[in-house]
Amino acid sequence: MQTAPVVSGCVKRSWYAGFIQSLRRNWILYAFLVPTLAYLIIFQYWPLYGVQIAFRKFTASKGIWGSAWVGMQNFEKFFNSYMFKDLLVNTVVLSVYQLIAAFPFPIILALMLNYSVSNRLRRATQMVTYAPHFISTVVLVGMMSVFMGQTGLFNTLLGKLGIGPVAFLSDSSMFRDIYVWSHIWQRTGYNSVIYIAALASVSPELHEAAIVDGANKLQRIWHVDIPAILPTAVILLIMSTGNVLSLGFEKVYLMQNDLNLNVAEIISTYVYKIGLLNAQYSYSTAIGLFNNIVNLVILLSVNKLADRLSGTSLL
Amino acid sequence: MIGIRRKSRFDRGFDIINTFLLVLSLLVVLYPLYFILIASVSDATSIASGKVILLPQNVSFIGYQRILEDQRIWTGYGNSILYTVASTAIGVIATVMAGYSFSRKDLAGRKVLISLYIFTMYFSGGLIPTYLVVKQLGLIGSPWTVILLGSVSVYNIIIARSFFASSIPPELFEAASIDGCGNGRFFISIVVPLSKSIIAVLALYYAVAQWNGYFNALVYLNKQQHYPLQMVLREILIGSQSIQADVADVDAIQEMQRIAATVRYGVIVVASVPMLMLYPLVQKYFVKGVMIGSVKG
Repeated sequence: MQTAPVVSGCVKRSWYAGFIQSLRRNWILYAFLVPTLAYLIIFQYWPLYGVQIAFRKFTASKGIWGSAWVGMQNFEKFFNSYMFKDLLVNTVVLSVYQLIAAFPFPIILALMLNYSVSNRLRRATQMVTYAPHFISTVVLVGMMSVFMGQTGLFNTLLGKLGIGPVAFLSDSSMFRDIYVWSHIWQRTGYNSVIYIAALASVSPELHEAAIVDGANKLQRIWHVDIPAILPTAVILLIMSTGNVLSLGFEKVYLMQNDLNLNVAEIISTYVYKIGLLNAQYSYSTAIGLFNNIVNLVILLSVNKLADRLSGTSLL
Repeated sequence: MIGIRRKSRFDRGFDIINTFLLVLSLLVVLYPLYFILIASVSDATSIASGKVILLPQNVSFIGYQRILEDQRIWTGYGNSILYTVASTAIGVIATVMAGYSFSRKDLAGRKVLISLYIFTMYFSGGLIPTYLVVKQLGLIGSPWTVILLGSVSVYNIIIARSFFASSIPPELFEAASIDGCGNGRFFISIVVPLSKSIIAVLALYYAVAQWNGYFNALVYLNKQQHYPLQMVLREILIGSQSIQADVADVDAIQEMQRIAATVRYGVIVVASVPMLMLYPLVQKYFVKGVMIGSVKG
């Protein structure tokens, strides 16, 4: 054992010596980090270095450093473009709509499952409602197109009620509803798992006490269960608020068609089209960077709010 | 004591409504899946005329026959299996290693390192800078890009870390190291055997993400022969809306459309079966994964 240097009277290893010793003793643990660290350096940090092309007029032949510096020009172009407002509105409206509409369903499902009188019904419902989570986005959007076409199941069923065929997919006013409600169909079961866990941790004595006091089941939900799952619910709500601008690319891109683009074009799909299909690398990077920065700012503010409200911080 | 007490009328009403709503939610989720299944073996005319509601009509397997004949689907299936297995294996091994290291409090520099990881969850260079890096590495069009890009998730590393921090007490390593067991042997012969459940959770997460995703393939692959199943599905399910309208023979178009419709149902079944079959086997693990994920930090 090495003896530690004595600093101002108390035994205290310098940061450096401690690190060297840990490195020597635990070198395998550092080696364990190498694969993931290498991955992050190559596929996350190296691209971060390339982000500077947002401030340049990038041409592949000149490389990053050879391309002319244009400052904020790409950003100004975006803010002044006719797409700017539409993209922002489409992204935020779709995201917030989904956030608010989808929020209560997993809680309600978890409560319903918790109060099920039949164990078999509970298990069957859990099994079935989790399943759509494992269906791919392509298949989900494929299901939309077979169900909502002219002769699809939805129009068949509506036809039996005497309601004439609805053009679900080509009517842009229905795009957001379809996007959000298909999400609710697909994810409610899976998202309820965490609330089921929170409900399972409620002490049975609380329920017994409530029953002795003559509380009915609705009163028990309101006074015992809801307070128990509230912290989880608040954290999840805050977490998803932090992702308002990072709406996924995959589903929206698949759902797009010529008739609904006015509401279905969001920032991530536009970044893809401008960048890879039109090869405007700098402009696309600038839009993506703008999006990421706004997102980070929202996330940090929301995190601070969460910290102040509940003492639980995510970062 | 709940059983002894006579239920109030209100609670009986509550139970009836609750049971009704549970059955309703079960049916709302189940019926579309069931309908896909019966439609995939029904003939297209019956589907279009609304006769297929509860049972398949005029059972025919022409859809599945066409699917089996379609070389694109076989290739896509093979590619998807390859990518999923490779990506999951790499991902699970790398994630367990990193997660375990980060769970060790005696790892100097742990805080700095982990914030380097976490930062990437909240801020990234975006599509084009990543694309340019892949291009510079000469990996555009290579299946390795799809395998590698799906293989490390910082979120999963944090889940693994939480698992190890709560399930492998530090005393265990201290005891083992007194007996002369080093980090490497401790990891292989004690940590890994104790972490079957977290390995199952991680494998499930990585496999589902890789099997179901199409974005990386869309961006980085350029040859049909490398396309994973989801890219092929995209062509069949969503891209084929534009069947040439200028073909003169109306009957031929209708016949094509009829079969295309049946094929779509069949393709949905064929594509979803592997994951839906996997899931009951690992259901208990994935519930566990959600629990571990919820206590992160």
